[in-house]
Amino acid sequence: MRLQTLVLREIFERKSQLLTSFVAILLGITVIVSIKNISYYSEMAVAREMDSLGANVLVLPKSSTLQDYYAADMHGETIPEEYVTQLAMSDLQGLDNISPKLSVPVELSGKSFTLTGILPKSEFQAKAAWGGAGIFSRPIGCGAASVGMMGSDDKKTLARKRVIQTLADNEVLVGADVAAKLNLKDDDKLDLLGKKFTITAVLPQTGTVDDSRIFAHLHVVQDLAKKGPVINAIEVIGCCQEISKGLVAKVNHLLPDAKVVTITQIADAQIKINHMMSNLSLMFLVIIIFVGGASIANYMYANVFERRREIGTLMALGADSGLVLRIFLLKALILGVAGGIGGYVLGTIIAVTLGPKLAGVIVLPMPLLALLAVGISVVLALVASFFPARRAARLDPCATFQEV
Amino acid sequence: MLRMENVSKTYRHRGHLVKALDGATLHIPGGDFVSVVGPSGSGKSTLLLMLGGMLSPSAGRVLLEASSVYDLSAGERAKMRREKVGFVFQTFNLVPYLSALENVQVPLFLAKVDEKAQKDRATALLERVGLADRLDHKPGELSVGQQQRVALARMLANDPAVILADEPTGNLDPETSQQIIGFLEEFNAEGKTIVMVTHDPRAAKRAKRTLRLQNGAITAQGAGEDGCWQPDSAVA
Repeated sequence: MRLQTLVLREIFERKSQLLTSFVAILLGITVIVSIKNISYYSEMAVAREMDSLGANVLVLPKSSTLQDYYAADMHGETIPEEYVTQLAMSDLQGLDNISPKLSVPVELSGKSFTLTGILPKSEFQAKAAWGGAGIFSRPIGCGAASVGMMGSDDKKTLARKRVIQTLADNEVLVGADVAAKLNLKDDDKLDLLGKKFTITAVLPQTGTVDDSRIFAHLHVVQDLAKKGPVINAIEVIGCCQEISKGLVAKVNHLLPDAKVVTITQIADAQIKINHMMSNLSLMFLVIIIFVGGASIANYMYANVFERRREIGTLMALGADSGLVLRIFLLKALILGVAGGIGGYVLGTIIAVTLGPKLAGVIVLPMPLLALLAVGISVVLALVASFFPARRAARLDPCATFQEV
Repeated sequence: MLRMENVSKTYRHRGHLVKALDGATLHIPGGDFVSVVGPSGSGKSTLLLMLGGMLSPSAGRVLLEASSVYDLSAGERAKMRREKVGFVFQTFNLVPYLSALENVQVPLFLAKVDEKAQKDRATALLERVGLADRLDHKPGELSVGQQQRVALARMLANDPAVILADEPTGNLDPETSQQIIGFLEEFNAEGKTIVMVTHDPRAAKRAKRTLRLQNGAITAQGAGEDGCWQPDSAVA
């Protein structure tokens, strides 16, 4: 005979009475796990979608108007390049990538194109659509700002140097339309604003205005355009969650003389999904606390009342109140663990099965949610059972006897 | 062994003061077998509960082996019950979801005896009360007589010096009652002190002494065998 034996025997003897409380906690945890699991993969899917679109936040001169998102830098207005450094130095959460641009018109063979200065690595990362060029791919995540430092994460170094060299001064990348119209290919030579360049790569078709661009190093373009250290726009890949938490306002606060805009439709959709999922989780958490907690507490009080003779007998046999308390709390712990594990398993099955139908995303099991499920369930069961258990521990053992 | 010194117990019931025990004084030496008789509500069970450290008196002292029971902490009283007192109940009070063997193991578990020793001791005790073939039966699968014998085995588990029996034959047929009283006599012969509350005059007569209670007061005591009640006089 051990304490566990005593508790488990009682649970299995009266399992039908326990069933209601177990089902209440099981269903509550199931719903929470399902929502958390589906919403996580849904957010991941939207994040990937936004990533495929490239930058989702633009920093523009105050006076500019946004007509075409992909041509946001082609307005002639400028902002200081120093803004890039300010952003990089800011430690604002959710700035996954920063990509400054300066565009100037150029003519080649009697046709007009746009020469765009970029800071290479960050530009490549911002444009996952160019991943086909096989140069960079950006992992999904919400970290601090990156502007493509090679071999160093020190932002002070960036502030001092201001320049990140990954595209040589005499190298250019050309958009698909430019290459087609001028019949250009890799390693061809090109004369732009009096400077000779070598074509490093012809970029694949993107279906945007970028197909009509020629990309060179930002500082080369600044020199050729004789405009000094200025840029037309900064494209920022902001983490969706941080955008929903007000990243745009924070960037605006940091750069009060610039205009900060976002792809509102996509951001709004994500914000709405996040809020809905978060509210649903919260709602079910509140429901499980009230319904599950009340159900467990009610069951435990009834159980204590039903077992008062048994408790009295145990006390007459020499059990102290601490042992009686442990008997009921161990029962609550078993109920909580079983409800948590059961809820996790059921919730995961539902999420994996219904996720693709409800949210249109593939949902995989998340082992980390098991900890959350068991944690919530155990804490709830213990808290709800504490007062009934304490009542049992304080029970008058005289109830054991026939008459007093 | 057991002593009560001018013990009273009063409580309020719907605004009325009820005297459950009124100035009870008694001494039960080691090895005694005392039956406590009296009408319902006379305070018999109150007296038994107080002797067992389960109900504190409103006034007076209860002593077990020279230590004042209610001057001990609740934990110390629980330990005292575990080690020195064995209870027998009218309705047996077996744990319904445990087998006969496990029921007898309960006091041993409370005394932190290891599992192997628990099983060996419980098996031996159930063999002693003639239930060697009922070890795995739950109380619901046993007759009332068998249930009371399991309760006797459980009571003996920690080898208590004092046995407090509350109407041990109250739910039993005459034949089984005789059997249970026979067991109690056997335990008394082994040196255990027994206090037995009973309504059954035949059971009461089997004790060495009898105490009569009326309205919470000990009104008579005397030898059990001849049933000759003495007036409320000097208490042994």
